[in-house]
Amino acid sequence: MNALENTLEQKLAAVAASKPVPDEIVPDPAVLRSGWWAQYRRGWLSLLSLITVLGGWWGLSHSGIVPPLFLPSPEAVLAKLVTVSTQGFMDATLWQHLAASLQRIVLALAAAVLLGIPLGVLMGVSPVARGLLDPLIEAYRPVPPLAYLPLIVIWFGIGELSKVLLIFLAVLAPVIIATSHGVAQVSRNRLRAAQTLGASRSQLLWFVILPEALPEILTGIRIGLGTGWSTLVAAELVAATRGLGFMVQSAAQFLVTDVVILGIVVIAVIAFALELGLRLLQRRLAPWHGQQD
Amino acid sequence: MTILSANKVSVRYPGQARPALAGVSLAIGPDDLTVALGPSGCGKTTLLNLFAGFVQPDSGTISFAGQPVTGPGAERAVVFQHDALLPWLNVRDNVAFGLRLQGVAKAERLARADEVLRLVDLPEAGGRYSWQLSGGQRQRVGIARALASHSQVLLMDEPFGALDAFTREQMQELLLKVWQQARRRIFLITHDIEEALFLATELVLMSPGPGRIVETLRPGFSQRYRDGESARAIKSDPAFIALREQLLTTLFDHRRQAEEIAA
Repeated sequence: MNALENTLEQKLAAVAASKPVPDEIVPDPAVLRSGWWAQYRRGWLSLLSLITVLGGWWGLSHSGIVPPLFLPSPEAVLAKLVTVSTQGFMDATLWQHLAASLQRIVLALAAAVLLGIPLGVLMGVSPVARGLLDPLIEAYRPVPPLAYLPLIVIWFGIGELSKVLLIFLAVLAPVIIATSHGVAQVSRNRLRAAQTLGASRSQLLWFVILPEALPEILTGIRIGLGTGWSTLVAAELVAATRGLGFMVQSAAQFLVTDVVILGIVVIAVIAFALELGLRLLQRRLAPWHGQQD
Repeated sequence: MTILSANKVSVRYPGQARPALAGVSLAIGPDDLTVALGPSGCGKTTLLNLFAGFVQPDSGTISFAGQPVTGPGAERAVVFQHDALLPWLNVRDNVAFGLRLQGVAKAERLARADEVLRLVDLPEAGGRYSWQLSGGQRQRVGIARALASHSQVLLMDEPFGALDAFTREQMQELLLKVWQQARRRIFLITHDIEEALFLATELVLMSPGPGRIVETLRPGFSQRYRDGESARAIKSDPAFIALREQLLTTLFDHRRQAEEIAA
């Protein structure tokens, strides 16, 4: 209340002196209430829940209620991390499994971005393209990848192509949908302003439409990567000899539970790191996103 | 010489019973600051969109320097009420954007941007972003951008409509200063009677149902401001207030007539 009166007084004073009102930057009261707890409250809470889960796991596995076959202790999994990293599991080290999976994900993602963004832009700017493509995308998007995996195997065999194709299809739909949504939402005033400044159609695309749709496109890629990871395990069911999904699958068949958990944790950590990286990229490339304008 | 004119233009939007504009003629003269004033639905936005080339008339013609207007062009820059700056570019790059589209070299266009930013009293803001600015500062950047690209006419679509009363007054004074120094024709639309009276060299009063021009007058208050009188003194002058009330009465009369016809 006090701050409000102050700014009003400042405004009146500034008007009386017929000077422009200085920009008011009102700091978030939560930041003003400094202190290690208030400032990073969410971070602390996240840490607390992680510690609780880890502690529960440790306690349960050491209590003797659950046999190690079902729930190995955290130390056992950590020890396994060392042996799998150095000696390997199923003829490949953890890093080789990881590299195989990452390669598939990156290839599929690159292809989905290269095809998805142009298609999404086309759908965003052209009602004809939208009419033609929308039913196709909406028809395959809700189908679980495992359902069309057999068909892909019949058509493309059991090689690397089928695995990448399966992940690619899972990533493609969110990228196209987010891009077309972002493009269709571009502010009419910005387009018109650019037109009255002499922008050609291609200049509109490169200088207005794509930059404005960028935050949405990045969101689409983030969602696509999420579904891509969940498809990875399915893709590596098909005659794979390497990959994190394959490692977890074969470990499960031999009841090597600690490797199963290790694989799951590694997948979670990598996926989380990628998500964080993309969020950071989004904040770097589109700092205006979510700001009022 | 008339550079931008509307000749008996009519526009009817699909699904609308009455035309948005019916047989409107208007010429923007040299050194004119033409203001179209009227309530919502009077067709002033449609008229601006016609001049800008965003909308095409169903009948009649819009011409610029003797040529028919068929679409948007760099010689007719538009200042919008909001949402028109590019948030991924800083203020300087926003102002220089039109020159960049025209292929002007970087050093030259940034120098021009700085020059125009000084004109709108924002010499320090070049490195900031639109979402870090206040509403009034954003509108100044919008005006600077429209001036930077050597446009010949500024079309202003309720440019100060979203600002608070204090900032609006400052911006009106700034606009008169800029208009005088940059020597640009301006066509501005507003529903604020005081703003229209204060700014206009030529004031066009518009009324809805169908949208048309009902009165044209030359108030002359902006000349008094240019001659050194203060804005407050002008706006509290009995002559100003009398004209304001007269315009308001005219607008209400026309509105009543339109409602009677509709009923």
